Amino acid sequence: MYDNMEKDYVSEGYKKYLISHKRFKSAIRVSRIVILILIFVLWEFAANNEWIDPFIMSQPSKILYTLTSMAKDGSLFIHTGVTVYETLVGFVIGTLLGSLIAIALWWSDFLASVLDPYLVVLNALPKTALGPIILVWIGGTTKSIIVMALLFSIVVTIINVFTAFRNCDEDKIKLLKTFGATKKQILQKVVLPSGVTTIISTLKINVGLSLVGVIVGEFLVSKAGLGYLIIYGGQVFKMDLVMTSVLILAIVAAVLYLSVLWIEKKVLKMM
Amino acid sequence: MEKVVEVVDVSMNYHTLEGETQAIRKLNLYITNGEFVSIVGPSGCGKSTLLSLISGIIMPTSGKILVNGKKVDGPSPSVGYMLQKDHLFEWRTIIKNITIGLEIQGKLNKENQEFVEKLLNEYGLYEFRNYYPKQLSGGMRQRVALIRTLATKPDILLLDEPFSALDYQTKIAISEEVWLILKKEKKTAILVTHDLAEAISMSDRIIVLTKRPAEIKSIHQIKLTCDYKTPITCREAPEFRVYFNTIWRELDVHV
Repeated sequence: MYDNMEKDYVSEGYKKYLISHKRFKSAIRVSRIVILILIFVLWEFAANNEWIDPFIMSQPSKILYTLTSMAKDGSLFIHTGVTVYETLVGFVIGTLLGSLIAIALWWSDFLASVLDPYLVVLNALPKTALGPIILVWIGGTTKSIIVMALLFSIVVTIINVFTAFRNCDEDKIKLLKTFGATKKQILQKVVLPSGVTTIISTLKINVGLSLVGVIVGEFLVSKAGLGYLIIYGGQVFKMDLVMTSVLILAIVAAVLYLSVLWIEKKVLKMM
Repeated sequence: MEKVVEVVDVSMNYHTLEGETQAIRKLNLYITNGEFVSIVGPSGCGKSTLLSLISGIIMPTSGKILVNGKKVDGPSPSVGYMLQKDHLFEWRTIIKNITIGLEIQGKLNKENQEFVEKLLNEYGLYEFRNYYPKQLSGGMRQRVALIRTLATKPDILLLDEPFSALDYQTKIAISEEVWLILKKEKKTAILVTHDLAEAISMSDRIIVLTKRPAEIKSIHQIKLTCDYKTPITCREAPEFRVYFNTIWRELDVHV
């Protein structure tokens, strides 16, 4: 903390180092933006000159037009809202339920050993295959989409969190035992808090997986949401709508991920 | 002298699918009130097992252990345990780390909190009470670990190589400090260590164990001539080297 030689004095060499570091950082940022602009400009140019078929490939100006008209009639916000809502509900339930099951597995070695092969198979199984089953069982409602989101994230949560719990330092547990701690106290005082970092890094994976689950669910059953727009646009060959929806989806995915990153930073700072 | 710890005919076997390992065989020993006893022996001879048995977190296969005349049947508040590493919880502040034992035993009352503050004050940690462990040096962390052990007011402290994770200079300084604190608080201490010099400089008595299954090989009453006895001054006593050589030969180390 006090390893700066002196607070105000900065040597020439250090100044140079700081400047070159700053330059490198801004070069990266500029390059990223340039690439994005280049793609869109080239795309627009190619479509206008008919190097590519704008009916199949769409083009940025049409995407922009679709976007503004969707914003005007409000459908943009409805569909985005539906997808985000379903993702968040699936994500929260998946994380909580997954963590609870992980606690149960930590509590009982017997249960953990018995369920181990089931978890391995469920984890390897492509969850998409369960879509039609969920659809038949629950029906074509938002509920089945949320269940899809849950299915995508819950198994990974159970496995990751349980592994974190099991890797909790044996000596730290021993220390609490010497004070006469009960199993519940060991869970509360050391296993859960030391697992928090893993639980949070699982959140980052989960939010993406939940979104995958929601889009798959919307492909199968829905009447609203970005997944619905994409599948509908594809069926009626409205490629502008498809491209617009994918673009929004990319933004939604990024925002969700960044929010979780922000939460992670906050929580880790508190610890 | 009053015997505060008695180990009577204790044997300990570990069971695994590969077979049964006898860690301790028919061990008998006692520790008197206020004594500082070190246990040395070849590595893997069951020294740490012995401490775990006395602390009550594991039960012997046969025989019994008495602490203050009562049979040990689980962890007791009168026995404190200090492990090899400090094992401070990174997510708790220093004061919260120190009070964790009281928290677990449901004894986090005003009186005990004042006692903890007194300890913090006395041992130079009061200003750091709201720091996090990663902000403290290795020696200071070990001091926090000791105070965490003292906070529950045990009469007997079990020290399981508590200095082995520290660098040499810190180790000497901290072992001196811990010794002074334990003497001042009038605690009985049992130290398990690999470091013969550490054992001789700190102890009133050294118990040498055989290799596994552990039995008592010999017991040495340590009498060093030095005016003001602390672990560091003891290292200069003329008898120090003699004890060192005798015990070293008894350990019968072959590399």
